[in-house]
Amino acid sequence: MRIGIIGAGAVGALTARELTRYDLEVYIFEKEFDVGMGVTKANSAIIHAGYDDEPGTLRAKFCAKGNEMYSAVAKELDIEFKRIGSLVLAFSDAELRIIEELYKRGLENGVPGLEIWDRDKILAHEPNINQEVLAALWAPTAGIIEPWMIAIAAVENAVENGAKLFLNTEVTDIVIENNKIKRVVTNNGDFEVDVLINAAGLYGDYVSKMAGVETLPIHPRKGEYILLDKEEFGGFVKSVLFPTPSTLGKGTLVTPTIDGGILVGPTAVDLPGERKFREDTSTTIQGFEFLMAKAFKMTPNIDFRSSIKTFAGLRPETPIKDFIVGRTKVNGFFNAIGTRSPGLTAAPAIACFLVEEIQEAMGITFHRRANFNPIRKRIRSYIQMPLEDWDRIIEKDPLAGNIICSCNKVTEREIVEAIKRGARTVDGVKFRTRAMFGSCQGGFCSHKIMKILARELGVDVSDVVLRNEKTKILYGKVRT
Amino acid sequence: MREIPVDVLIIGAGAAGMGAALGAAREGVQKVIIIEREDRTGGILNQCIHNGFGLHYFREELTGPEYAERIKSLLKDYENVEFKGDQFVKAIDYKNRTVIVVSREGIVLYRPKTLVVTTGARERPMGGILLPGTRPAGIFTAGVAQRWINLENRKPGNRALVIGSGDIGLIMARRLTLEGIKVEAVVEKMPYPGGLERNIRQCLKDYDIPLYLSHTVVEVRGKDRVEEVVIAELDNNFRPIAGTEKVFKVDTLVLSVGLIPQTNLFKDFLRTDPWTKGIVCTSSGRTSMNWIFAAGNCTVIYDLVDWVTEEGEKAGKYAAFYVKNGQEAAKFPLEKGQNVGILFPNYYEEGTNLNIYLRVKKPMDRGIIRIKQRNNLLYNKVHASLMPSEMVNVKIPEPKIGVGDITVEVVEA
Ligand SMILES: Cc1cc2nc3c(=O)[nH]c(=O)nc-3n(C[C@H](O)[C@H](O)[C@H](O)COP(=O)(O)OP(=O)(O)OC[C@H]3O[C@@H](n4cnc5c(N)ncnc54)[C@H](O)[C@@H]3O)c2cc1C
Repeated sequence: MRIGIIGAGAVGALTARELTRYDLEVYIFEKEFDVGMGVTKANSAIIHAGYDDEPGTLRAKFCAKGNEMYSAVAKELDIEFKRIGSLVLAFSDAELRIIEELYKRGLENGVPGLEIWDRDKILAHEPNINQEVLAALWAPTAGIIEPWMIAIAAVENAVENGAKLFLNTEVTDIVIENNKIKRVVTNNGDFEVDVLINAAGLYGDYVSKMAGVETLPIHPRKGEYILLDKEEFGGFVKSVLFPTPSTLGKGTLVTPTIDGGILVGPTAVDLPGERKFREDTSTTIQGFEFLMAKAFKMTPNIDFRSSIKTFAGLRPETPIKDFIVGRTKVNGFFNAIGTRSPGLTAAPAIACFLVEEIQEAMGITFHRRANFNPIRKRIRSYIQMPLEDWDRIIEKDPLAGNIICSCNKVTEREIVEAIKRGARTVDGVKFRTRAMFGSCQGGFCSHKIMKILARELGVDVSDVVLRNEKTKILYGKVRT
Repeated sequence: MREIPVDVLIIGAGAAGMGAALGAAREGVQKVIIIEREDRTGGILNQCIHNGFGLHYFREELTGPEYAERIKSLLKDYENVEFKGDQFVKAIDYKNRTVIVVSREGIVLYRPKTLVVTTGARERPMGGILLPGTRPAGIFTAGVAQRWINLENRKPGNRALVIGSGDIGLIMARRLTLEGIKVEAVVEKMPYPGGLERNIRQCLKDYDIPLYLSHTVVEVRGKDRVEEVVIAELDNNFRPIAGTEKVFKVDTLVLSVGLIPQTNLFKDFLRTDPWTKGIVCTSSGRTSMNWIFAAGNCTVIYDLVDWVTEEGEKAGKYAAFYVKNGQEAAKFPLEKGQNVGILFPNYYEEGTNLNIYLRVKKPMDRGIIRIKQRNNLLYNKVHASLMPSEMVNVKIPEPKIGVGDITVEVVEA
């Protein structure tokens, strides 16, 4: 049986990996140059505990479950995941009542370990929180992750287990015969499939329409962020700090990142649904001012002079503010869209659900493959290794001794390995190795990395691109 | 793992590190080693192919690479100095006084008697100024653009806008122009330029490049490549004034928005100045740990490379003294008075000359720089056209200086 998956974000990637456990032909179609570069790239990167979601929603169904699954997923895929816990802060009696509501909702959703903390306990744990805090909801299972790594690692593992990845491959049409999926049409040829899963993120409604399945319209809701330098602000907070939520969502948070920096965001601004807005990840002065004001309220000592990066992500929002996951009226066509927050958290649970859902909807049973290997290994990093061991490795592999990224101390070996594993762009190297992620943001090393990319890909350095073929960085030679 | 004992270990072979090597070598210590990340000496000088270096130190005008070459040749006379390129300092174990260095040849543990930190500065990245808009290809910091053009023979774009009118921004505007890249304008958020007057003339006016003071970028446009950059005028509170927007059709944006002392390796054990982010030093170049010295842009951002070399030499010399006699003198703080924005060094160390570097906070047509130690006036002179962009160097010889805290102020003449 041939199963196609449209989109290599967290949802598509984990679903593809889940399907490779079975005796199936799995194709992944991704329109971008690399995997995980859609919604999955730019978000808060929180694996939510699951107390926010109203019981009865798909969010509630998949979030707490997904959270629980992350320990195993992260271990098998060898990606860093830290359960640092989250605090929802209440600054007034009204807010206190809301966090008590969240506590109850959390219990109903099966969220473990929830506690209401008083001011002393909060400040003992997080001394940088505004002293005026009254109480907080503590959720120990909340965690942080590198979101793009979920897609990168899951696709690597899926491909290792036989899935076929088609990058630069945009699905432009879907052919249905007798109300059954027949074929997908792409800019890279046509593919016959028996089952098709739409995990196209922000473009999920377009893809669904290609199959003749009307869905709720998707519009982007922009979220802007500011990242503070870990060298200045590392350790400023230990856990994820949320304000008390409003109708607009979970609010602006202050959180450590896996890399050690402090992330402030997101904003929440609804954009129109037209295609051009689904690419509008620009940041704004108003957005920055909003974020600073919100962050100062929770953590008055924060200092934005230490910012090193700003970015924005787009949530695929629907009018019902919920996921759209499961079978459709077209036989063999399944949706996994409307993946607003907490889609990242929910993704492993959605993936498992889809495997069951497909079998049930189509009245078939998948057969497990005996040789499925659930383990993927991360690119080996040397910086934390005992010096004697590192020294011995360098003796055989000098590239492991050539540090390219000064801030995050990434070696030439890691960069070459990232390219071997599929990085074709500067961003591809960045997201796989954390090179250029630090204080200087590539000021010292981007030219070295571009030269390594050029060498390994066999092109001139002028032909090295930032993220796709339209993003050349250099315009040829100055003097010929 | 190999272990190498050394008298003076210098981290960074730029203008300050080479100066430090000279200073230490002259004092006749047995072994001076310079560790450098790149494969050659010179640091940032190598990519500064314009003129204007060396007027103080060598009394002639040189290009950056010429200047670097000159110091290197001075060092040739000393057999006690060794340069090691392509080496990366991973960490410093300050308790055991070891320096862990990684390279393609393996890992080496240096055991220095003294350390001189000359790691220079890094450029503030685009995220550091909260640049609004898209983040396409075509945005470069000045140093990165300079490197591509001058060292790698590659073109960063065809039409550019430069943000920041410090010397680096001005010099890059000229370099881009000379290499056939059209520079539409230089944009500066302050009401006065950040660079030297002579650079405004020689880099902008001579090439008819407009300078927009009190302006900033309010939006970068373009999904894949920079397509347009929108600037606007700023009011007194540095907020953009609606209706003053101007749109430039450029494919390249060059940011020259400040240098930050590069101290990441040391900040767990050396004091840094919360305002300048530089390593806190005495007038001998000694840091908050008595066996570690520092000089150059990792201590404070200088205007002239000549000063950097001079300060490096001094730090090297005192590091060598420390190797020889292990002594440390009393020190007294330097306090910032009226209209002093930046002041270096942070302490006066007895027995040294006091070489003060300062920048005013606000421009002043005629100001008196007044330096006092308790009631003793060490210096009191009128200086014309004081600008935050122009660092002032005041030298006070050792015999004039007594004991006690020192204050530096700039008052209206
Ligand atoms: C600001 C913000 C904050 C968030 N915070 C969190 C959080 O803290 N925790 C959490 O759990 N979730 C969070 N989320 C939600 C989470 O990021 C998403 O739910 C998740 O990343 C969605 O993954 P996806 O695979 O559905 O979508 P995507 O990652 O967008 O993947 C879809 C892929 O499909 C591809 N594609 C689209 N159309 C086609 C086509 N026609 N042909 C081929 N390929 C196509 C796209 O290029 C893309 O790569 C946040 C989202 C945002 C925007």
